[in-house]
Amino acid sequence: MTTSGQDWDTAGPERLYVITGGRSQSGEQAALDLVTLIVTREESQLGMQPELAAILRICRSPLSVAEISAHLALPASVVGVLLNDLLADGRVEARAPAAKLPDIALIEAVIDGLQKL
Amino acid sequence: MVSRSSDPVTEPRREDQLPSTASTAVKIVIVGGFGVGKTTLVRSVSEIRPLTTEETMTEAGADVDDVSGIERKTATTVAMDFGRISLNEELVLYLFGTPGQQRFWFLWNGLFEGALGAVVLVDTRRLEVSFDVIGRLEEAEVPFVIAVNAFPDATSYLAEELRSALDLPEQVPIVVCDARQRASSRDVLITLMRYLRSSAQTSETL
Repeated sequence: MTTSGQDWDTAGPERLYVITGGRSQSGEQAALDLVTLIVTREESQLGMQPELAAILRICRSPLSVAEISAHLALPASVVGVLLNDLLADGRVEARAPAAKLPDIALIEAVIDGLQKL
Repeated sequence: MVSRSSDPVTEPRREDQLPSTASTAVKIVIVGGFGVGKTTLVRSVSEIRPLTTEETMTEAGADVDDVSGIERKTATTVAMDFGRISLNEELVLYLFGTPGQQRFWFLWNGLFEGALGAVVLVDTRRLEVSFDVIGRLEEAEVPFVIAVNAFPDATSYLAEELRSALDLPEQVPIVVCDARQRASSRDVLITLMRYLRSSAQTSETL
């Protein structure tokens, strides 16, 4: 007995191609940063692509793009393509990382936080 | 709950969930040669068990032995370990430990972009690895500090000896750390942040 999952390398290019519908992140949409925080706005629907449903499930509390990539075991750029779909549908919210330095208030906040460790 | 064995999705543990108020993330990149202790440092300060993200890199096969004369591209999957520190209810710090093959560090799309800065973890027994990465950080204008992970059997260099060996400007901080110790790793990060603060203050008064 074989399951379909054994017919291909789970991390191979074929799987990634199917998941993204052959699209890559380089397009009109801006690439999401590894530390952009993603939060679910609308729960998944029946019949939704499993990877999209998984993102909506794990992002009920905020998670970075890097963490989503780790939990889904998918490359960050593939996760980026999926997130752009969810963002376009308004199913998730993206919280952009802090803007470029120098920002003394931000630096102070990081120092304060580290000192409490 | 029955989970299919083919389903690779893992869920964040309940205690690892960020508060819903988490609104802004920042990142610091830990660079250094293979085996120097990058993941050790990340693990010692991270509030979550380090996770691994991956990316597929394509690079032209220019430096690959190629006698055919045909332009080749090689795809390589590069994995990177990272950890997380919640600094307060809104602010989250991510620490990325770069993978061993340094030619990939700067190919990783957006890894250094927007990063607060970098920690160069140095093994004094293999300074040449640090030399190359320092040059690249300077080129990319990523501020960095040097942290010497004090392996018990490493030759103890004086900071100034190391500074001249690595050809570093005098303002770049050099600290000795024990990456296994949470407090020591935290102090390295604080050193980087204080350095950023003093640089920012200097540029403001100019």
